Amino acid sequence: MSLRERIGSSVALLAGDKQADRAVPPTGFTARLTVFTSAAMAFLAVFVLALSLTAGRVADRWTEQLAQTSTLRISAPDGQIDAQVRAALRVLETTPGVAGARALSDEEQRALLAPWFGPDLPVESLPIPRLIEITETDGGYDTTGLRARLQAEVPGALLDDHARWRAPLVKAAERLRALGFAAVILIAGATAAMITLAAQAALAANAQVIRVMRLVGAKDSYIAGAFVRRFTLRAFFGSTVGVAVSGVAVWLLPELDVAGGILEGIGLSGAEWLWIAAIPILASVVAFAATRAAALRTLGRHS
Amino acid sequence: MIELERAAYSYGGGELFTDVTLTLAPGSFHFLTGPSGAGKTTLLKLCYGELIATAGHVRLFGENTRKMDRDRIAMNRRRIGVVHQDCQFLDHLPISENVALPLTVAGRSEEADAYLGELLAWVGLTRQAQQLPPELSGGERQRAALARAIILSPDVILADEPTGNIDWEMSQRLLSLLVELNKLGKTVLVATHDMALIRAAKAQISARVLRLKDRKIQAAEVDL
Repeated sequence: MSLRERIGSSVALLAGDKQADRAVPPTGFTARLTVFTSAAMAFLAVFVLALSLTAGRVADRWTEQLAQTSTLRISAPDGQIDAQVRAALRVLETTPGVAGARALSDEEQRALLAPWFGPDLPVESLPIPRLIEITETDGGYDTTGLRARLQAEVPGALLDDHARWRAPLVKAAERLRALGFAAVILIAGATAAMITLAAQAALAANAQVIRVMRLVGAKDSYIAGAFVRRFTLRAFFGSTVGVAVSGVAVWLLPELDVAGGILEGIGLSGAEWLWIAAIPILASVVAFAATRAAALRTLGRHS
Repeated sequence: MIELERAAYSYGGGELFTDVTLTLAPGSFHFLTGPSGAGKTTLLKLCYGELIATAGHVRLFGENTRKMDRDRIAMNRRRIGVVHQDCQFLDHLPISENVALPLTVAGRSEEADAYLGELLAWVGLTRQAQQLPPELSGGERQRAALARAIILSPDVILADEPTGNIDWEMSQRLLSLLVELNKLGKTVLVATHDMALIRAAKAQISARVLRLKDRKIQAAEVDL
């Protein structure tokens, strides 16, 4: 059968006719099982997608923001630190690829340390290194060259271009995103398995219907169609309910600003909501394929 | 119409019948008789492609059933009306929809309005049209099964013990319907062990009687 014929037969299978659908009596157990499974799986899929897309956003944000900045830490004895900060700023001003550099104020340093030491830390009286925030141009600077100059002119300076810790965090976020999509695929697989079992139960319960339909000249595709349409619609209905409920739950999630904003913005935003709108369609496609395969397999055994 | 050429059917290591050669010519009327378990129902199933002969050939309208796929067999079944002893209905649908099922399956459900009323009147089931199959008597179910079997105006009608569960009067009524169809040019094959029914039919039409016995088929005119 050519691809066009396959598509044509699949469309005809979905279109069907109401009389054919009436030939299969409604079976409460398999109907409830399919709707519940689809709703539950869609509910889980939305949460997994939300987490996965959030992880993706975090990875992108870290990549974009942190890749363009670096930090210079100045550690020096009392009395020398201000001079070294000024020297470092002079070096940075004349370094190609550095768009800007500024020393963090005491308030900013206090805010950075507040999560660990509390808000009343006497920064001024403690031997805390001074931090200089460096903003890079698009092309960036020559890290090796800058380190060499700093070593010569500012002995207490330590350049951190964030690469050391940014890469594993971005990698972790990307893995989280990949795991999320893998989980969605697993959910689709589990849905297919459950719907296949429900379809097989329905087919077994309707052996008499199949016998009669065959007796009056029904083709396998016609008989299968009555089951396929029913299960596809149930999966669509169940997954729509699941998506609606979980969509509201995700929308109502509180804003999280934990550990420096790592989990900030968890949930869905903008066009990402379109992803969850695709879940009922995906569930219907899964149900269609699973039921059709189960029906044709069962009808093949009945021949 | 339907030809069996040295057909045999075996299952479970045993041979039910062998070397059966039979031709159902257009417009013919055949009875198939024989003891219970002789293979009458199996032979009928070979005639409408539900089973495939384990040896020999069965041809439906010139096509060998062994070479047909399931869709082709389904298409050929639309030219063969089958009436079973147990009728086999969809019990959740009213009789009118059961009778119209072959039209629905053939994608011609819009024709039901034109044929259904007349057909139900012909088999005397107008009043029962909206009843469910389990609500009907044995005779009514048999007549409904016959109506369903002929709604597509098939070329061949196969009936398997159609009078097995009904009284003599109803048997006569069903027989007269089959005879009437045969007079309209339909080919009829009835499997039965009801000799009285066969004698009644032979009084009205020229029917050939075949006996399935000792795994062979033979003409049985002398017994009647």
